[in-house]
Amino acid sequence: MFYRTAGQFKTSYEADHALFPIRQDAFLLGVVLVFAFIIFPLTASEFTFRALLIPVLIYSLAALGLNILTGYAGQLSLGTGAFMGVGAYACYKLITIFPEMNIVVAIALSGFFSAAIGVLFGLPSLRIKGFYLAIATLAAQFFLVWLFQKWAWLYNYNASGAIQVPNIDMFGITVSGPRATAITQYYFVLCVVCVITFFAINITRGRIGRMWKAVRDMDIAAELVGINLMRSKLMAFFVSSYVVGIAGALFVFLWRGAAEANLFDIPLSFRVLFIAIIGGLGSILGNFLGAILIVALPVIIGSVPQAFGIPLDSAMVEHLNIMIIGALIIAFLIIEPHGLARFWAMIREKFILWPFPH
Amino acid sequence: MEFLNDVLVQPFADMAAAPDFLLQVLWEGLVGGVLYALIALGFVLIYKSSRIFNFAQGIMVVFAALTLVGLYEKGVPALLALPLTLAVMLVLAMTIERVVLRPLVNQPDIILFMATIGITLFLIGFGELIFGGENKVMITEQLFIPTGSIVFEPFGGFVSIEEKDLTAVIGAMVLVAALLVFLNKSKIGRAIRALGDDHQAALSVGISLSTIWVIVWFIAGVIALATGIVWGARAGVSFALEVIAFKALPVLMLGGLESVMGAIIGGLAIGILEKLFEIYWGQPLLGGNTEAWFAYMLALLVLLVRPQGLFGEKIIERV
Repeated sequence: MFYRTAGQFKTSYEADHALFPIRQDAFLLGVVLVFAFIIFPLTASEFTFRALLIPVLIYSLAALGLNILTGYAGQLSLGTGAFMGVGAYACYKLITIFPEMNIVVAIALSGFFSAAIGVLFGLPSLRIKGFYLAIATLAAQFFLVWLFQKWAWLYNYNASGAIQVPNIDMFGITVSGPRATAITQYYFVLCVVCVITFFAINITRGRIGRMWKAVRDMDIAAELVGINLMRSKLMAFFVSSYVVGIAGALFVFLWRGAAEANLFDIPLSFRVLFIAIIGGLGSILGNFLGAILIVALPVIIGSVPQAFGIPLDSAMVEHLNIMIIGALIIAFLIIEPHGLARFWAMIREKFILWPFPH
Repeated sequence: MEFLNDVLVQPFADMAAAPDFLLQVLWEGLVGGVLYALIALGFVLIYKSSRIFNFAQGIMVVFAALTLVGLYEKGVPALLALPLTLAVMLVLAMTIERVVLRPLVNQPDIILFMATIGITLFLIGFGELIFGGENKVMITEQLFIPTGSIVFEPFGGFVSIEEKDLTAVIGAMVLVAALLVFLNKSKIGRAIRALGDDHQAALSVGISLSTIWVIVWFIAGVIALATGIVWGARAGVSFALEVIAFKALPVLMLGGLESVMGAIIGGLAIGILEKLFEIYWGQPLLGGNTEAWFAYMLALLVLLVRPQGLFGEKIIERV
């Protein structure tokens, strides 16, 4: 089949550890990127951009951040939404204090704020782990959302208590705010996501990533072989919160356009967690697959019965959506704990071995 | 200096100036604490017997209360709706055991925890689908729970105690006492504790894992129903009640995941302390609504000193 690996020989360690040891993977990625950069923008409507493509990318990025912490370093976090909020509010303050700042710089800097907060709330992980730590991250969740509401300086003393994204130009094109077009925002988000994903892949498969995995699999053993637990855990919190913070900034500045503190409450944290679980913990690809599923599910539930002549009202769609996500989580945990990413890995394996089963 | 005064002196001066108000605050905190303790008890029971951190306990509270009120609204008499709801909780326990837990036996704890998150979502969707998402009134009077209030006048002021809160506190105490007797004296109770201590050993002396799990989840369901009735009587029945599940988590951290005593004491302590903090420190100094996070921060601080909680078992790890 088209996944034939015959003839692809490796003669050096470098070749063996390459990003794409099999040529077809690189080819496949190329096809996906062509779709993402050229085909989708040419064919998609405004609605598709706003309701599907941009949220999928942003949720993938947030799940990627969580996955670094939970999937790779093994520290379960339930406070992702709040860290996204830190990124968003930091970016908002940066933009309003320094209106001349390039938005890319502002978003990149705002990640550092959420990374700092993330490390702060990661400190307990040195003493406590497992469920206790998961609940400790909930402390961050509730405290930060409360802070977003009460600290009026954060939203520039707006009467509404919400942050509003102003029109921001970059090289003469409006990329953010009410005047921006969906397609520019899509390209912007896509570029950011591609860059961060590239770095994430390389961090997780390198020395640091192996360190995290060792900590995840058995922390005491990892310590015995000379891994500095404190450093690697806090580094995981740092990197993870940085990515999550950037996802939060994109979430508000390039998608929602405005945000209240409530937006970053528990449901957002859980939604990102579900994406990571259903997609597959400890996998980069999984975040994208999970995000596609979670974002597309309500649309599918809304439209498929309609096509069969059974229109459902929006409340019913919402209830069914929650139910199905819950059932999916249980089903995935039972059938395939490594999520959607594992399904793809199995299919790929089959292709490589085809036509011989072994 | 003024700040120190506001934090360290003024609140206590306020307390001393209005002792009747302080008593009222303490009572309110106590009632809240009893409810937290009840939810935490449901968690602890399941954790003790199966090492599952049951995130769905909070939603079981809502689901039980909704079923009760929903049945009543469909025309079932209140006193019949109560046993029917218990039957529903039994069916729920059996379903969860059969569909979710049995296939996941021996998986890592964290997988089971996530599975209970899945259960939570499913129950939210399912409950809203059947009973609707709007707020309902708990059938307090139909269940013969008194609704008046008792007023008495200590220190020249007055303290008002709602009778349904008093009933709740007494009911909770009876429930907990019954539970403790059941766990410590009955055969099934001993089996539950044996299972909690050592799965393998319990299985090898002929204790049935699935039966005990169903029983434990059913007891958790009963506790959930009791909590749901009491909390529903105070705040109405809707999925907004879900937040109280989140209030029980710091209680668990504070008390320790596997201690019944810890759940009760932790629950009462958090209920009272968060009320005191909110009234005397939160509202004047921090702009209020500190109840959203106070319990978590308190638990976090305690955990930094005692990572296993106040009453939890110390885990000694060997490689």
